[in-house]
Amino acid sequence: MKSDLRSYLKEIIGGSISLLTGMWITLRQSFRKPVTVSYPYRTLKLPERFRGHIELKADEQGWAKCVVCMACQKACPSFCIKVNGYKPAGMPRKVATIYILDFTTCSLCGLCVESCRFDALMFSREYNLASFRKEDYVMDMLERLRRRRICRP
Amino acid sequence: MSIDDQSIHAETFILNLGPQHPATHGVLRIKLTMDGEYIVDAEPVIGYGHRMHEKMGENRSYAKFLPNASRMDYVGALLNTHCHVAAVERLAGITVPERAEFIRVITAELNRVSSHLLWMGAFLVDLGAFTPLLYTFDDREDILDLLESITGSRLTYCYYRFGGVCNDIDDDFIAGTRSFIERMRSRMPMYHSLVTENIIFRKRCEGIGGVPAETCRRYGATGPVLRGSGVCYDVRRNEPYSVYPLFDFSVPVYPEGDCMARYRVRMDEIVESLRIVEQALERIPAGPVMAEKVPLILKPARGECYFNVEAARGSFGMRIVSDGLDAPYRLKVRSPCFSNFSLFRECVRGTLLADALAFLGSLDLVIPEIDR
Repeated sequence: MKSDLRSYLKEIIGGSISLLTGMWITLRQSFRKPVTVSYPYRTLKLPERFRGHIELKADEQGWAKCVVCMACQKACPSFCIKVNGYKPAGMPRKVATIYILDFTTCSLCGLCVESCRFDALMFSREYNLASFRKEDYVMDMLERLRRRRICRP
Repeated sequence: MSIDDQSIHAETFILNLGPQHPATHGVLRIKLTMDGEYIVDAEPVIGYGHRMHEKMGENRSYAKFLPNASRMDYVGALLNTHCHVAAVERLAGITVPERAEFIRVITAELNRVSSHLLWMGAFLVDLGAFTPLLYTFDDREDILDLLESITGSRLTYCYYRFGGVCNDIDDDFIAGTRSFIERMRSRMPMYHSLVTENIIFRKRCEGIGGVPAETCRRYGATGPVLRGSGVCYDVRRNEPYSVYPLFDFSVPVYPEGDCMARYRVRMDEIVESLRIVEQALERIPAGPVMAEKVPLILKPARGECYFNVEAARGSFGMRIVSDGLDAPYRLKVRSPCFSNFSLFRECVRGTLLADALAFLGSLDLVIPEIDR
């Protein structure tokens, strides 16, 4: 009987101490520097290898480096890349006329960039991709490349 | 008052737990037959998240299945992809350079730590404690940053390739991982005094959700559930794969079989994983990270193989049958959550509803992995 009471009291005291310890840890934390950043005003630096959606690379003249070898289209597990092109007279290689990425089905695995042996693809560093319209995610890569070139300083 | 005396003729009612319920962590439905606050029967209804991953594996080439493997158990994605690439490598007879194996072990163990941290936060939210989640996510964030710096993604990694890994690790990653190990070790005492010794947590976990070792064996439960029931079985130790035999680590086992035992197993596993990562960083050899002459389109010879790894939730296995074509003839996934969850129905009978939720949380279920 007596030992019951003792263990009961011991549990109450020990339990209260454990709760106070937890509260003390939380209290101490509230005086530390926050680990979060207030996102739209401050952003974190993206790592070098950040894997966004794909983007075409341009050569010195500003043409897309893509030679329409179809390796990326074949490597894509979810069939979200459509490439087409032709060989203009006087050009040593084929030129892409259509390069469409359906980002709705892309799983960002990076197999397309790895399959490219002409160094024509890279990962974009864009991550603010929210939209209400599904069509916004069917991206015309050549159009994006053109716009990038105009925006270039 | 025990429910056996009166429940036979008592009026029971059905309570739906899920499909949308914060404590099921996914679309899982459990049809509970209740007698007051006590559970008479619990019928799990699974399959809401079925995405036919196995069938997808059978009608696409081996390389195209790479992103799928990480989408089954997205909390421990690297461990699943490790199983997939290792199975295909065994089937196709590809030898992986040692440096790549070391990188795989380092990243997979970091992923295990992040998975356990996420589980711990979510489990405590199930029990009604919100604050620890913020601490665990703070630590988990460090791991995600580290893994993002080499894999490029934060959750559903697609990093391992047949024959190696796609990117080498750099000095920043090694230094960052070393400082993370230090930080995580210094945080463990804090977790123990914040959570493990907390009286409310202990009252909700000790002696709750008991799973006998025999039940685990019958249902094929693995991982922390099995080790929390006193059976020392860890695939890394019992069927060593990759470079795990080179490292010195212990397998935490607790014989109680309750929620607290499972919690302790996972907490100890975090420490053991850090030990493995530390040793691997010290002993990592120089060299290539990708095997030479891996064909672009893989066509393994006729045959089959089974490979299992110790994922964060237990033994994750893949059986791949090849008929010599570029896509597997059959790809079967053995997911640990399915087996671990199977014993829920038997063990939860006669317990209180609140205890059943603690039990459910302690099983560490990832529902998309059950359904796949």
